[in-house]
Amino acid sequence: MVSFLARRIASMVFVLFSISVLVFVIFFATPGVDPAARIAGRNASQETLAAVRHDFGFDRPLPVQYGIMMRKLFISRDLTSFVNRGVAVIPQVTEAAPVTFSLVLGAAVIWVIAAIVVGVAAAVFRGTIIDPVLMILGLIGISMPVFWLGEVVNLVTQNRLHDSVFSWVPPLGYVPFTSDPWMWFKAMVVPWFVLATTYAGLYGRVLRSALLETQGEDYVRTARAKGLSERRVLIRHTLRTSLIVVVSLFGLDFGALVGGSALLAEVVFGLQGVGKLTYDSLQNLDLPVIMACVMYAAFFVVVANALVDLVYAWLDPRVRHA
Amino acid sequence: MLAVLFVIVAACLAAPLYASRIAHTDPFSSNIRGTTLVDGKQVPVMQSQTGGLGLGVTPIGPTWDPGHYLLGADEQGRDVAARLLYGGRNSLLIGVSSAAICCFLATLIGLVAGFFGGLLDGVLSRLLDIVWAFPVYLLAISLSVVLISQGIDLGFMTITAGSPWLPVFIIGLVFVPYVARPIRGQVQSLREKEFVEAAIGLGASNVRLIFSEVLPNVVTSVIVFLPLMVAVNMLTESALSFLSIGVQPPDASWGTIILDGQQLIYTRPWVAIAPGVAIALTVLALNVFGDGVRDALDPRAKLR
Repeated sequence: MVSFLARRIASMVFVLFSISVLVFVIFFATPGVDPAARIAGRNASQETLAAVRHDFGFDRPLPVQYGIMMRKLFISRDLTSFVNRGVAVIPQVTEAAPVTFSLVLGAAVIWVIAAIVVGVAAAVFRGTIIDPVLMILGLIGISMPVFWLGEVVNLVTQNRLHDSVFSWVPPLGYVPFTSDPWMWFKAMVVPWFVLATTYAGLYGRVLRSALLETQGEDYVRTARAKGLSERRVLIRHTLRTSLIVVVSLFGLDFGALVGGSALLAEVVFGLQGVGKLTYDSLQNLDLPVIMACVMYAAFFVVVANALVDLVYAWLDPRVRHA
Repeated sequence: MLAVLFVIVAACLAAPLYASRIAHTDPFSSNIRGTTLVDGKQVPVMQSQTGGLGLGVTPIGPTWDPGHYLLGADEQGRDVAARLLYGGRNSLLIGVSSAAICCFLATLIGLVAGFFGGLLDGVLSRLLDIVWAFPVYLLAISLSVVLISQGIDLGFMTITAGSPWLPVFIIGLVFVPYVARPIRGQVQSLREKEFVEAAIGLGASNVRLIFSEVLPNVVTSVIVFLPLMVAVNMLTESALSFLSIGVQPPDASWGTIILDGQQLIYTRPWVAIAPGVAIALTVLALNVFGDGVRDALDPRAKLR
């Protein structure tokens, strides 16, 4: 187990390093991309461009630029934005992170509960009309673009029915949990449900097929033969093993969402989360912020990957020696 | 049930083909001073606001009359229904061609990595892992932001800035690991099969082993992936276009129409609702179709 852990951590560090290089290359070494031109603005003279290049260190060799940026990001932790000069990058990320965490955590709770209900109901009522109806509903959830669903839900809750059913919905935006937990909850409920829709559908479908697959296993038959009630077989034997599949999916999706993939939901609901920060920095070609956001995102994805592998190794000893 | 869905698929997929017959106005030029016929009367496309200060104009709402702004106009007086049909062309084109590129590259990488193994496999698999560790949307967005404003010169071909081929290539590329990793695994296990050994015994070359022994056995998996990838890619395209880094104006796609409709969401919600319904229906139909293909070809396949 220890050597498995060590290998896992080494590969995590390697992947994080590679991602940072990849991002750096995308933004600095893509032919034709000139961050200096973006910073200097349109129609900047050659002298201004040269001055900007020298000022920001773009005239130095790429590996040196990369090294300086990484040192400022991780060691001295005083990396500042190119666009808003002097604004430190790391506080920007740490300010945005709670917004994203609030959004993703709440949504995750909803989608896991919904998926278990949908998956179990569909598997239990297999052969009746309930199963295909639930599965089609799940598929509809997967098929809707999240930003569009958000817009439509905004239309209903902020405008069309805002005077009656949804009068409790506050205007779009984030309210910190620490300042007013009840307002925080009210502001986040709608975004939670919208973000959870896709995943609820997806996980519900995955869980159903896993349940059906496990139902044919020998140990389930044994459990039945022991005379256990159907409910006990379902909860203690079938559902428990089926959830392993969901756990691995969950780890990856949760990591990606916390890392900034919730961007579209954040944009639609006016939440200044990490995804929004990343997107804004990408639009401005604000490389230090991009770098910080991407490293933050990659960190969560890689950690999630590693955790999933660890859980697998813990559940299935064969994986450890693979 | 399946028949209904098939009709939806066919209608969605064929929509762009009959677009020019339904759309009577040019979907790409603005028509701010134009008029249209509603209940036999000429009314302006951009109507003066009656409420509030009476300043500004609101585009005409849905008339539910094909040929005369069926779904109303957007903020430039363009026929939303017509744009929807032409936009669908782009959305479908990007979805299908990026899925084709993705599956082609993934099959190639999967075959080479799985068949030859060793160092080559190590390098390719690591590369796939790295791309995969990157949140897909962030990678697609990063590439789009950089490339959309200036295009890219790939050596053998040049894609100009703002071309719809940019999202095609970007979306095609970012999903390669998703398809390539399972295919590589399959090739690895196929390589050890007796019929491959038999072919080696008969003196078959590597090229022949790959193309006539291994490839035919992974083709079904690739086919199973195709419709699902088209669905995923269409969602990605709409997201990129919604963030204004996908299809560039004056071209339209369903994602860009949703973006246009965002400003009008409270006054003229149909501008944004209609393309979303179109995306959801098409993706839904593709998913159902993909499930059907999988059940028919490869019942044991484990796809997400």
